[in-house]
This record gives sequence, structure tokens and C-alpha cells, in this order.
Amino acid sequence: MAKVLVIGEQLNGALSAATPKVVACAQALNPESIDVALFGAGDLAGAAEAAAKFAGVGKVLTVSNPANEHPLAAVLAPQIEALISEGGYTHVLASSSTTGKDVLPRVAAKLGVTQVTDIMAVHGANSFTRPTYAGNALVTVEVPEGQIVLGTVRGASWQAAEEGGSGAVESRELGVELPSHTRFVSQETSKSDRPDLQTAPKVVSGGRGVGSEENFKVIFSLADKLGAAVGASRAAVDAGYVPNEMQVGQTGKIIAPELYVAVGISGAIQHLAGIKDAGTIVAINKDEEAPIFEIADVGLVGDLFEVLPALEKELS
Amino acid sequence: MKVLVGVKRVVDYNVRVQVKPDGSGVATEGVKMSVNPFDEIAIEEALRMKSAGKADEVIAVSIGPQAAQEQLRTALAMGADRAILVETDQTLEPLTVARVFKALVDQEQPGLVILGKQAIDDDAGQTPQMLAALWDRPQATFASKVEIEGESAKVTREVDLGLETIEIDLPAVISADLRLNEPRYVKLPDIMKAKKKPIGTHTLEELGVEIAPALKPVKTEAPQARQGGHKVESVSELVAELKNKGLI
Repeated sequence: MAKVLVIGEQLNGALSAATPKVVACAQALNPESIDVALFGAGDLAGAAEAAAKFAGVGKVLTVSNPANEHPLAAVLAPQIEALISEGGYTHVLASSSTTGKDVLPRVAAKLGVTQVTDIMAVHGANSFTRPTYAGNALVTVEVPEGQIVLGTVRGASWQAAEEGGSGAVESRELGVELPSHTRFVSQETSKSDRPDLQTAPKVVSGGRGVGSEENFKVIFSLADKLGAAVGASRAAVDAGYVPNEMQVGQTGKIIAPELYVAVGISGAIQHLAGIKDAGTIVAINKDEEAPIFEIADVGLVGDLFEVLPALEKELS
Repeated sequence: MKVLVGVKRVVDYNVRVQVKPDGSGVATEGVKMSVNPFDEIAIEEALRMKSAGKADEVIAVSIGPQAAQEQLRTALAMGADRAILVETDQTLEPLTVARVFKALVDQEQPGLVILGKQAIDDDAGQTPQMLAALWDRPQATFASKVEIEGESAKVTREVDLGLETIEIDLPAVISADLRLNEPRYVKLPDIMKAKKKPIGTHTLEELGVEIAPALKPVKTEAPQARQGGHKVESVSELVAELKNKGLI
């Protein structure tokens, strides 16, 4: 039977929204046990309690160490390896967040196995479906029998895990040597009171058609009216209208909101890869031939600078 | 300092791939092949380091069929000094690819290896991190800015929260993200000149690389296509429809 270790994530002591989805993937393995590991520098009790509530979680292992203040792959990897070897896990799952994508292959290489990237579905203990070619070809792969499974979990394919468990929280000291060759310098995060792009039920995104950083205020304004998060196409980010963390698509964030409003976005396949799992897609574009209309549930051809103010007015 | 860059031959990013009806994979016969776009960014970054006097030699490496020489020629035309093709007709997974790079790192002793953050065919995103692990050296993934400062490098990374800057000791592995730079266009005279540049070839056996246990592809299928909906004529129709669906 499977023994799963979930690499949880926390920010300032709160459990990250990505982790419950990784636990959901772990639950789908129908395992004997699920443990969740949390790394950080400060008090991890809040995040640990939240993680212990998910159904099937046996233990939450907290590793608090000043070296873990920022998630550096080279520092986390030997600690994850130590937990794997002491816990005898058959499966190790992390989120397809930038942290998970950074650290898990480093661990996999040390264990001599290839990782299963972006797990969309589980068909048994060693069979998984994952996307390739920007989600245009879904491949079901089998991990060789008897080999440890390391995988990242594609958040947009999973609902947050059900609660109803009462796992134990254990603090761990890992006596492993950590490298000093990789050092955190600084972080730049744009402060926003808007909902988080990755978990918001509604998202309004702007593309190249918005035209400038200044013009993007019409996108923010509509988003605020709807209580939505704000996203962007690669073109808008490349042009410097908005920062990189707002990019939606194959190489940006992959999201599954109930409502996605694409404004001035033509709909390149790389962008569509990021919104395939959205509930309803609305497209607003002045080019009636734009490919986004081929997949949008509701399309409106028009100039966004006329449509958006009118839309806001109707919503008032 | 030598810089090694990875060049993967992949289906061109403009091609809409077709899944084979028998579920055995994706149709690649007669399809346009190109350098993986993230690898082009990696090559460009290495070339800029050379122009800035931070690197002496840029070596382009591809692991794949003989036809991958075309992509290496592109790298050479962009300005790489020489190329290495590790020839194999097998589809290799990231761990084996990382082992090949490690063998070449042992031979060439580069100060830096720059690879694309993912290949746009398998979208695995593992090779740079795996190479760093096998080499026991730092990794700076998803790089959007790199500054070489003597024996270390300051790298700005695109992460979910925004931008993170880390400092890594060299040698190290960097994986290139989209906004690291804008790769140059190759000009005709450069293509002619590139024909004279050397491409060395190796096999996995020569490098002593053992193929890692592979994930077994069982079936490949096209995703369920989203059914396009319809267009509305006015903002009020749009609002009415969204209200109807309970979305606003």
C-alpha cells in the first residue's frame, strides 16, 4: 500500500492554497497513510493544524530552521531526502508551484528516478495522466513497478481535499548538512488586496489589446467590480503592462476559475493551455477572427475601451 | 569561463500538434522542427555574457537524432563557438539527459550551464534541476536576469509571488525563463559562417551514460476540446447571460 509524503507549502505561517490540492491527489492514491511536510523558519503551528485536518493525514512533520526562511531548492532537497529515507515513503508529491517545480526534480535526480510532472489524474498507484505540448496531448504514463513515485500536482485539475481528519503534528530536527552555495538576496512582490489569481473563482485578464500599463486600469476596475483576480497574457507581461506573476498560460499560471473574462487577448495556444479548465470563458475582443472566440463560451466583439465601462455600468 | 548551453530539437511552437488516432503518441513526421524557444533564450544569454567579457567560449549541446545538427547550426549561427551532438535515436527522459550533461560537464569543466526551463514538447521541466543535483552545484531556475560577479552570480527568478533574487556560487546551473532576453535573429552571412564551425559527436556509450528507468507511456490522447459557445451582440446581453448562469 502506498505511503505518501506531501511536500506542503506555507507563507508566513499560513498553509498555501496549493497544498490542499496536492493532498487531494494523495487521497486519490487510496493510500495507507499521508504525511505532510512543512518547512519554514518561524512558527508553523497554524499551517500544520490546517494540514492535519484533511481526511487521511496521519502526521504533519514541521521542520523549522532559519535556513528554511525562503524556499531554496538546494537547501530543501537534502531535508526532503532525509524525510523520505526515514519515512519509507512510496510516493512524494509536491505542487506544480514554482517552489515544487524547483525542488522536486532535484530530489528525484538524487533518488535516480524521473519525476511525473503536472499530475492531472491518478489511475492507480503507479499510473498517471499528465499534459504535454501545452496540454494538447495528454499522456498516461506508468512508473516502473517497485520504484518510488515523485510527482508534481497540477492544481487546476484538483479540488481542495476534503477535511475530516485529525492528524498528529510532529516537529522534526533533521541532522543534515545544508549547502551555503545558494543564498537568498531579496524578493519583490506586488502588494494587492485583490483575490489570489490561482484560487479566485473569477478572473479578468488583459492582453496586448489593452495597449499600455496605464490602460490596464480598466481591467483592474472591472475586476474590482466583479470581485475578481487579475491575470494577463504573456504579450501583456512581456510589454511590461503588468508584472510576471500575473501571467496565465503554459509557462505561467494554470488556473480553473468559474468565470474567466479575457479582454483584448487573441488566444494563442500557450495562453489557452492556462485556462482550459475554466468554467465559463468570456472573450471581449475587437477582432472577430481572434482564436479566443473559438473556445469562448460567450463572445462579444467590440472595443474594450467602450465595452468595459458599459459593462461596469450594467453591473452597478 | 566556458558556458554550456542546451539545444533541444522540438516541434516548432507554432505547430498545432495532432495526437495519432491509435494513441501511440503525437504525429511528428513532416512537421516543422525548431530549437526549443527557452533554449534559444539560454543561447542568447550565454552569447551576451561572452560579448560582455564574462565568458570565453559558448558550447551548444544537443542530445537527439542526427537531424538535431540543424538546431545546433542555428545555435552556431547565433554565435556559439562550437557544438556537441550526443547522438541517439531513443527518446530520452530528463534524468538521462541530465546524466549526459553531467558527463559533458566533467569533460568540459564549464563555469555555467544554461538550459531552457522546460522543453515545449514534453513540458517536463526537470533537466536543469537534475543536472544541478547530480553535479552537487547550485541551481537558479526560471531566471529573468543574470549578473555574473566574479565567482558568483546574482539571479532574479520568476516565482509565483513575483520576483526573487538569489546569489549562487559558480559553477552552477541556470534555467532560462521567457523574459531573460529576446534572442537575436540569425542573419544569412552568419548561417554561412556557421557551416565552418565544428560539431563534435558522441554516443551515450562513449560518455558512459546509463539510461535511467523510464516512465512507460501507455496512451496519448487529445484533451476534450472546449466547445466554443456563441457571440452576443451587446453588453446587456452579456450581462443577462452571466446572470442567467449565476456567475454574477
